[in-house]
Amino acid sequence: MAQSPTGPGPALSRRTLLRGAAFGAGALALPGLLAACGGSSGGGGTTESGGSGTNISFGSNYSDPAPKAAFQGLINDAKTKTGVTTKINTTDHNTFQNNITSYLQGTPDDLATWFAGFRLQYFAAQGLLAPIDDVWDKIGTHFNDAAKSLSKGADGHYYLVPLYNYPWVVHYNKSTFAQKGYEVPTNWDSFIALAKKMKKDGLTPLAFADKDLWPALGTFDILNMRVNGFDYHMKLMQNKGAAYTDKEITAVFDHWRELMPYLQTGANGRIWQDAAKTLEAKQAGMMFQGTNQVAAQYATDKKDIKDLDFFAYPEINSTFGQDYMDAPADGFIMPKKAKNTKGAKKVLEYIGTPEAESSYLKGDSWDVGLATGLVAPTYNDIQKKSATMIAKQKAVAQFGDRDTDPAMATALEHAIQDFIGNPAASNVQSLQKSLAKQAKSIFG
Amino acid sequence: MASTVTDAADDAAKSPVTPRRRRYRVGRLSRREILLVLLMLAVPILADLAFVWGPAIASVFLSFFRWSGVGGLELRGCRPAGGLLPDNGCLTGGDNYSQAATNYPPFWPAVEHNVIWLVVFIVFATPLGMLFAVVIDRGIKGSRIYQSALFLPVMLSLALIGIMWEFVYSPNYGLINTITGHNQNGNLVDWLGDPKLNLWAVLVEATWRQAGYVMVLYLAGLKAADPSLREAATVDGANAWQTFWRVTFPTLRPINIVILVVTVIESLRAFDLVYITNRGSNGLELLSVLVTNNIVGETSRIGFGSALGVVLLVISLVPISIFLYQNFKRKADR
Repeated sequence: MAQSPTGPGPALSRRTLLRGAAFGAGALALPGLLAACGGSSGGGGTTESGGSGTNISFGSNYSDPAPKAAFQGLINDAKTKTGVTTKINTTDHNTFQNNITSYLQGTPDDLATWFAGFRLQYFAAQGLLAPIDDVWDKIGTHFNDAAKSLSKGADGHYYLVPLYNYPWVVHYNKSTFAQKGYEVPTNWDSFIALAKKMKKDGLTPLAFADKDLWPALGTFDILNMRVNGFDYHMKLMQNKGAAYTDKEITAVFDHWRELMPYLQTGANGRIWQDAAKTLEAKQAGMMFQGTNQVAAQYATDKKDIKDLDFFAYPEINSTFGQDYMDAPADGFIMPKKAKNTKGAKKVLEYIGTPEAESSYLKGDSWDVGLATGLVAPTYNDIQKKSATMIAKQKAVAQFGDRDTDPAMATALEHAIQDFIGNPAASNVQSLQKSLAKQAKSIFG
Repeated sequence: MASTVTDAADDAAKSPVTPRRRRYRVGRLSRREILLVLLMLAVPILADLAFVWGPAIASVFLSFFRWSGVGGLELRGCRPAGGLLPDNGCLTGGDNYSQAATNYPPFWPAVEHNVIWLVVFIVFATPLGMLFAVVIDRGIKGSRIYQSALFLPVMLSLALIGIMWEFVYSPNYGLINTITGHNQNGNLVDWLGDPKLNLWAVLVEATWRQAGYVMVLYLAGLKAADPSLREAATVDGANAWQTFWRVTFPTLRPINIVILVVTVIESLRAFDLVYITNRGSNGLELLSVLVTNNIVGETSRIGFGSALGVVLLVISLVPISIFLYQNFKRKADR
């Protein structure tokens, strides 16, 4: 299962471990327990539009110190503006994600943190989320069409109020580029030429890590969007008219193979934090990852974030230019079983305003709000550039593990690790075949 | 249980004071005694059913379904996909098993790695622990320090051990690569990421802990062994090697069996270290991790994960059955 590329900090991996330890003991017993849970909570709840409207509970996965404090600030402001008192129930990021199915079927809070993309549509389609079209009637003017479409389920109703997103881009240190006279590449040839030059200069051209399994999905996504376009990428993710055996996917891996000599070696054994550190130490020239990770790592390590800059992934196919990127959005949902829907909707209406986003972003120096044209007073250069760049995209994807079925994302992640270990064309062919077969079994 | 009752009857029969209780049988128990026996049987049986057999049978049941954990289960065949989601909560028959065997790349590596894990534990980790125990038991200088040092890993949680070894193996900043100078992009040794290396790297971690565990168990056995036997062997001119294999080892038969069982259990439930290292992918697949990866998570494949769990159950039943068979056979022989 994919670990979401949100929330910075090495602390995450540690928690995963501890949880892993707990499950190790009960791995066999688990299915039975789950069966019991599922059976008793099978019936779908009905939305009561009731409650006093003054007290709600909020299930939060903003468990790391910085986002937690920022979220508390947002909720405090929400109380001042709406008069609704909110009790926050914080759960560790990974635990929250892994328990979401039973959480939504059990006794969920009135509001909860969640993500856009297939991950939203999946739970909406199963009737576990309450539609919030009436909230969007009020906040709709604050958002552009891209933000609107990613807040909708497959049925066209709204289920999410987004808070922030962040772009997946190529990061570099300004000082390195200035010192060596490098130019920002805009197409594939100049990108490869730059990487070659960096290698000659003794740098690792692209810092790269995939021990956490999800980071390399970013490279797959961007290459697919650059080579085959956004529509094809989404078709593939949702298994609708595209297959992993397509020649389009072979082309993606062909480009990736061309890049292999310039990627940091041993990626399968490296966590992305360590890859970011080689960029910080200026041993690496560039790194393709989300600002939510790289900029956050610079902030955590107290490195010079002013030296950090980025550019959009270079163009490969002129038909698609640099029109698309991964820009995962996080936001809030209302579970179907929410009790105090009146109060919850009031809070959502507040969160869907530019002021609320600015309030949250006071404690966050790497994500950007989704409200149209928002420039929060606390934005640094990275955030300003992120906002402009995302606004320029013709469409944004939500990231590999958010746009497709998680089981499929896991299968793809494993295939990519295999590819990193053995990028030969013959291996790619067998990986493509295996992925197509697995997609058939996963999507039914 | 029947044999216990018979034993009691035999004991009663041997007693010269109460010859009349010779024909003491179940039928003669008072109602209160029967109630007591039933109660004492019922509680463990119910606990056994609820916490062992219930989940196990539920896993077998679930393994024939396609189910995401949302909604209920229905006893009907699955429809082909239409719309956003595949059909859910429906019977797929043996499909999960055939998918696992033919269309799930991590499955066969996982089976292989479980076997390797078991072999390394039996051939290497356990004998190493026994060696430590024997050496310490001979009372070498500073044996208490060695004892504590070797036992320390056992007291740490496996999760912690995984993190500690991460510092040793990490490619750019790890202890080994830094000391040996293999931390540059060109000559990096990717201990945990290279599928040819990582299983062995993790087995070193596992052995580091398992040896200490076995050492403590064996040390307890050695302390309990009658020292006069060893003295007699020495007097008869046996050397240390012969004394151990001819005298000590055979007298420790009960503890040897315990250690064998512990070794098998520990290798079948191996999970934590690989899960911490990379969630059991890329050369570190184990059945237990595959079960977890499919069942725990946002959109789980509970039926598929259960099928993998059943495979693990069947594999576990083999050593358990052998052990129980041997044990009961010995009882019966006695």
